[in-house]
Amino acid sequence: MKSFAALLELLVLTPSRNRKIEALADYFATTPDPDRGYALAILTGALMFKNVKPAVLRDVVVREVDPYLFGLSYDYVGDLGETIALIWPHHETDGDLPTLSELIELFNTTSKGELPDLIASLLTRAAINERWALVKLATGALRIGVNARLAKTALAEMSGKPLQEIEEVWHGLTMPYAELFGWLSGETGRPDIDHAARFHPLMLSNPIDEAKDLDRLDPAVFAAEWKWDGIRVQIIGSGGRVSMFSRTGDDIAAAFPDVVENVFGDAVLDGELLVGHNFEPALFNDLQQRLNRKVAIARQVEQLPAFVRVYDMLFDGSEDIRTLPWTERRARLERWFAEHPQTRLDLSEVLPFGGWDELAELRRTGAAEHGHEGVMVKLRTSPYVPGRPKGYWYKWKRDPNVVDAILMYAQRGHGKRSSFYSDYTFGVWKGNEIVPIGKAYFGFTDEELKQLDKWVRNNTVAAFGPVREVKKELVFEVAFDSAQQSSRHKSGVALRFPRINRIRWDKPASEANTLDDMRVFLEAT
Amino acid sequence: MLPFLDRDLRIKPIDVFIDPPEPKGRAIITHGHGDHARRGHGAVLATPDTVAIMKTRYGEDCAGQFQELEYGTPLDVDGVRATFFPARHILAQVLMEHGGQRIVVTGDYKRGPDATAQPFELVRCDLLVTEATFGLPVFQHPDPMVEIVRLLRSVREHPERAHVIGCYALGKAQRVIALLRQAGYAEPIYLHGAMLRLCALYEERGIPLGPLVHSTDVPKEKLRGQIVVAPPGAIKDRWSRRLPDPVLAVASGWMSVKQRARQSGVELPLVISDHVDWNELRTTIRETAAHTIWVTHGREDALVYWCQQQGLEAEPLRIVAYEDDGEDGEASE
Repeated sequence: MKSFAALLELLVLTPSRNRKIEALADYFATTPDPDRGYALAILTGALMFKNVKPAVLRDVVVREVDPYLFGLSYDYVGDLGETIALIWPHHETDGDLPTLSELIELFNTTSKGELPDLIASLLTRAAINERWALVKLATGALRIGVNARLAKTALAEMSGKPLQEIEEVWHGLTMPYAELFGWLSGETGRPDIDHAARFHPLMLSNPIDEAKDLDRLDPAVFAAEWKWDGIRVQIIGSGGRVSMFSRTGDDIAAAFPDVVENVFGDAVLDGELLVGHNFEPALFNDLQQRLNRKVAIARQVEQLPAFVRVYDMLFDGSEDIRTLPWTERRARLERWFAEHPQTRLDLSEVLPFGGWDELAELRRTGAAEHGHEGVMVKLRTSPYVPGRPKGYWYKWKRDPNVVDAILMYAQRGHGKRSSFYSDYTFGVWKGNEIVPIGKAYFGFTDEELKQLDKWVRNNTVAAFGPVREVKKELVFEVAFDSAQQSSRHKSGVALRFPRINRIRWDKPASEANTLDDMRVFLEAT
Repeated sequence: MLPFLDRDLRIKPIDVFIDPPEPKGRAIITHGHGDHARRGHGAVLATPDTVAIMKTRYGEDCAGQFQELEYGTPLDVDGVRATFFPARHILAQVLMEHGGQRIVVTGDYKRGPDATAQPFELVRCDLLVTEATFGLPVFQHPDPMVEIVRLLRSVREHPERAHVIGCYALGKAQRVIALLRQAGYAEPIYLHGAMLRLCALYEERGIPLGPLVHSTDVPKEKLRGQIVVAPPGAIKDRWSRRLPDPVLAVASGWMSVKQRARQSGVELPLVISDHVDWNELRTTIRETAAHTIWVTHGREDALVYWCQQQGLEAEPLRIVAYEDDGEDGEASE
């Protein structure tokens, strides 16, 4: 418990991702089973207690502290764990604390009636950081800037095993992960897990380099599809059980019951998760609303029904077909769809094209008329290879939209950039006024960042905490993928993936774009 | 009995203000922090230390005239008797007596150990005017030496990185340096330019701080494994680029709240405060035996509530000019 509390504190305060990984790897390497397994469960959000709830903890504290003062304190601190750790009035810090596994055992076996006394006694025996860790652990709300992927990355770092292999077995494992640690430390073989729970790392594409690739590649050996503007998912149907994973292997089935309850037949499928009625994809923004929830809410399921546009098949039934060429996998996929009628899955169409020029034209009209993100180009003979193999799949994104916008505010960045003004808010003209349309913090070189930082410091007109308002004189050419109407922004426009394309040191602000110019980019809702 | 002090901290019978935020004809200044000691008063009454600090920070002519008054020496002005007592925050509290009534204004104060300040002296009174910067039960400051030991451990564990400690240039910086010396740290401590004059002033006034070096002239490589002291505003600004992969530390009472430290990018929060914590506030109120408590600034709601629970008269003054937020590095915590 003590070393876990120290780890949590280090994780919450260390801004560097690499140092977090290092600290986690070190903890996993030096902590015995099963404690490290329980720690992993806590860090990845897999551990929940039936009886230990925030309200229980609160009750324990207000037995000892005036409830009004506790309320004021909680309002001020804003985090239950911190408030309790700081406010708990009884301290016997030389007392011993249980190990992590003993603690979990205690939480799981103590009756509801005895729980308050147990918690009070633990809080009294713990030092301040341990109290904090204790409450975090008990309520499961860590808020320490660590997610499951970071924890898995640390396991890969510790063991030298590829992250992909860990992700593949992850969802078939259970706490306290003895099999996993056995395998990672080389004592046992790779855990053999249930097929349905196994995530198969995805095959990713490389961006096409128009200048080089188009001359080099023979269009006849490639197939093309639309590039859909949703999120990549893997669906596994196995004997009536259905799982759905995001591209990083997170299980997102609970947020999309409308999809997983309507997958008929056994297969492992690769496709794009979208929302919309009658297989008509709505905007990414709409999908985002559903992605923001861990569990679906009925109103959203009704208004924004989800579906998956499938473009590849990894397993046909239980047969692994990843080594077959794309054409054969595609044929199998089409046959599978014919044999298993679906209500929430459909097939991504294959686009016939004669040559690169013709595909370029399709890509242009697809973007302009239907808002497609671009096209995918896949070698017909390519096997399904996890990772980002070269030469098989290409993404050919539509040309970005660009707008000339004026720098309005700058904010200091984080980590390595914490002394640089590296986050920029920019806007366009609306009459004589400039209204913000977005924020970007990449797209420039380190050298340009230095110049921008200097410019911001020399042209500040006001400072609000970490934010500086600057003279409205510097123009950025901002590239973005799409623009959408937004009620959140004063301008009424929100940009997707904005980045600084060029710094227009030469361009006067008066020649920047206007809000009216932006209307042509707005997608129909 | 009506107090002879009004809620703007004006001593009514003699028209003298205590720590006024605006320039006044006559002012009593409890201590030299920027939010309490302003420039431009006609006449200032303060301890010799506070006068020296004001002159160092603002220049010799920052007030029309200065009158120095030693701790414990009463001064009678038209029937009001004023006496300074140490409040241990480079600072003084002031006792005023008039017509049998005793009023104490604490300014800012603390009660824990500090080698750079005179110990807090308890003064009994009828009306206590106190701050409440840390007036919530979540603020229970640890022993500052525990924090220094954590700092030194981190320095040992990261010999390739510099440790830069953000602390207020007046009082906190010198206290942190003195604590490091007390813990046996004998290496040179590197200073941001803004620290130089005030550290020199402390040494002149008999508080040794050990070897101090201006960091500006020191090559980056040489700062690996070293401790640098700088104002909080500098540790994340351009100035910090001269430091090798710095561990950002901040010494402040606010640092007990981890999420707050995390949001401001502080990797090593050191809970070292120049203000009383919740327990010390309550102890002080009880020990002064005051029956009326005015709270100048801070978390006044909680403290006023607690006082009322104890059967005391209490009210908040909400003096907004007194800062209590250390985030921007300008304030006294």
